[in-house]
Amino acid sequence: MRRYLLGRLWQSLVTLLLATIVVFLGVRALPGDPALALAGEDRDPESLRAIREQYGLDDSMLVQFWQFVSHAARGDLGQSIRTGESVTTMLSSALPVTMELSALAIFVATLLGVGAGVVAAVRRGRPAEWAANALALLGLSVPNFWLGLMAILYLSVALGLFPASGYVPFFENPIDNLHHLVLPAVILGTGLAAVIMRQTRSSMLDALSADYIRTAEAKGLPPRAVIGRHALRNSLIVVITIVGLQLGALISGAVVTERIFALPGFGKLTVDAVFQRDYPVIQAVVLVTATAYIVINLLVDLLYSVIDPRIRVRGEA
Amino acid sequence: MAVPEVTVAAGTALTSRRRKVVRRMLRNPLAITGLVVLAIAVLAAVLAPWLAPHEPTDTHLSNAFAPPGTPGYLLGTDDLGRDVLSRIMFGLRASLHVGLLAVATSLVVGVPLGLMAGYFLAIDALISRFTDLVLAFPFLILAVGLAAIRGASLGNAAIAIGIAQIPGVIRIVRSETLRLKSLDFVSAAIVEGAGDPWVLGRHILPNAASVIIVQATVAIPAAILGEAVLSFLGLGIQPPAPSLGTMLSDAQQFASRAPWAAVMPGVAIMLLALAFNIVGDSLRDALDPKASRR
Repeated sequence: MRRYLLGRLWQSLVTLLLATIVVFLGVRALPGDPALALAGEDRDPESLRAIREQYGLDDSMLVQFWQFVSHAARGDLGQSIRTGESVTTMLSSALPVTMELSALAIFVATLLGVGAGVVAAVRRGRPAEWAANALALLGLSVPNFWLGLMAILYLSVALGLFPASGYVPFFENPIDNLHHLVLPAVILGTGLAAVIMRQTRSSMLDALSADYIRTAEAKGLPPRAVIGRHALRNSLIVVITIVGLQLGALISGAVVTERIFALPGFGKLTVDAVFQRDYPVIQAVVLVTATAYIVINLLVDLLYSVIDPRIRVRGEA
Repeated sequence: MAVPEVTVAAGTALTSRRRKVVRRMLRNPLAITGLVVLAIAVLAAVLAPWLAPHEPTDTHLSNAFAPPGTPGYLLGTDDLGRDVLSRIMFGLRASLHVGLLAVATSLVVGVPLGLMAGYFLAIDALISRFTDLVLAFPFLILAVGLAAIRGASLGNAAIAIGIAQIPGVIRIVRSETLRLKSLDFVSAAIVEGAGDPWVLGRHILPNAASVIIVQATVAIPAAILGEAVLSFLGLGIQPPAPSLGTMLSDAQQFASRAPWAAVMPGVAIMLLALAFNIVGDSLRDALDPKASRR
């Protein structure tokens, strides 16, 4: 176990280092001189030189990279070129919005996806399975930003059931906060729900035909206990994996959802930063995303090996 | 002399298998529906310059916000009086263009890498790290970065989506290669003295083709949705060129005044993606009937 853990940790570190290098080089490949962008109207050589000096833009790539990494490790991600605000501060106000949105979306997706997946597997060949399959196909095919537009148009504007945009911090007013986030979370969760449903269905079908299920049935357990305690429990591993694998898609989805519902989150920060060529912010955003992805995948893998010892053995082999 | 005989036998086996797959697909009413919708969408897109009732970029300000059913404007017009139907037909064209280009990009890079990762153990770790790395970047961030570096355009959107789809292709081709490599006919070829390129090209690739085709059919709708998202954010196809994504982002401004302009392009994207997904699903079932019966 220990060897597996160390090996997996090492892999994650290498991936993170590679990601950092790609981010660093990628941002510097962007066209346009950041010093010019910073200077704004004031373009005399003297102030340009001062800016280059201040932001270390004249240092060698290696020095700049080391500066970037050592500062980032201390939680200092530089200042926004546009607002002068510390990037760490900007992230700390944007991240909670996106994290709450994503957590709610995962919750909605798991509820819908596992529910529909179990129904489809247990009601094999009945209308319920057909309906669940059709819903999953639809969920995979609907552009969820369009679904968001439709929800705003018909549920918010026409019926006034939900606010169409905006955000209220949770600790200011929890009820209002949830009221604002319900619609975006459901919209963001639909695509994920479809993926979870399909996987739950197929792993439930596998589980239901396994010997230990027949044993459980033979010893007289009621169907509810067989499905809930035995078959579903084994299928839940799948859900954990999918959430890990779909994280990238979830973040991409959050960007669009935040844009539609005007939520001041990570996605908005990203899109704004790119349109304004705000290098330090772009750099930080991508780095945070990559780190989150790598860490969550590491956790998923470890969780996985705790739940299912066979994986651990295979990892060592 | 034995070699050509074997090739012929394998060839006929392949065609009869193909025929069986086609027959199985045509017995599935859902698959036929998907194929018909797909055919209509492809025809509408390809023949758009001849079939569309109006030029997609022509503005008729006097006819702005015409509701669907207005004579001459079957699906209505937008804020500039542009015909929604014509713009959808040209938008479908752009969607298909990006979808095919993106998936072609991912296959051109992903298939050889997947074959090599599955076949040569020595470089498997390297290629797997690369897939991890690409997977670590949310596709949208990648696309956003590419749009920032190279400018927003149809081609760049397709490349970004294609790059994001490479890891999926590599993983699927790699695992199929691993499976095929352990089968007897591959060992037989190696024993006979076949070189690695020959084994990969003549034995493994043709047998992995069905898996690759299924992957491509489900990757196309994903790419189409990706294009819509990018264009919606202003990072894909640039106005005034019609794209279903830009139509939606335009329509968002006046959605309560002219809901049809926001509803119709979305329905078009959904139908196109749905048709591809249905065809992909039923193709997979037809290729592997055991899996679907499970």
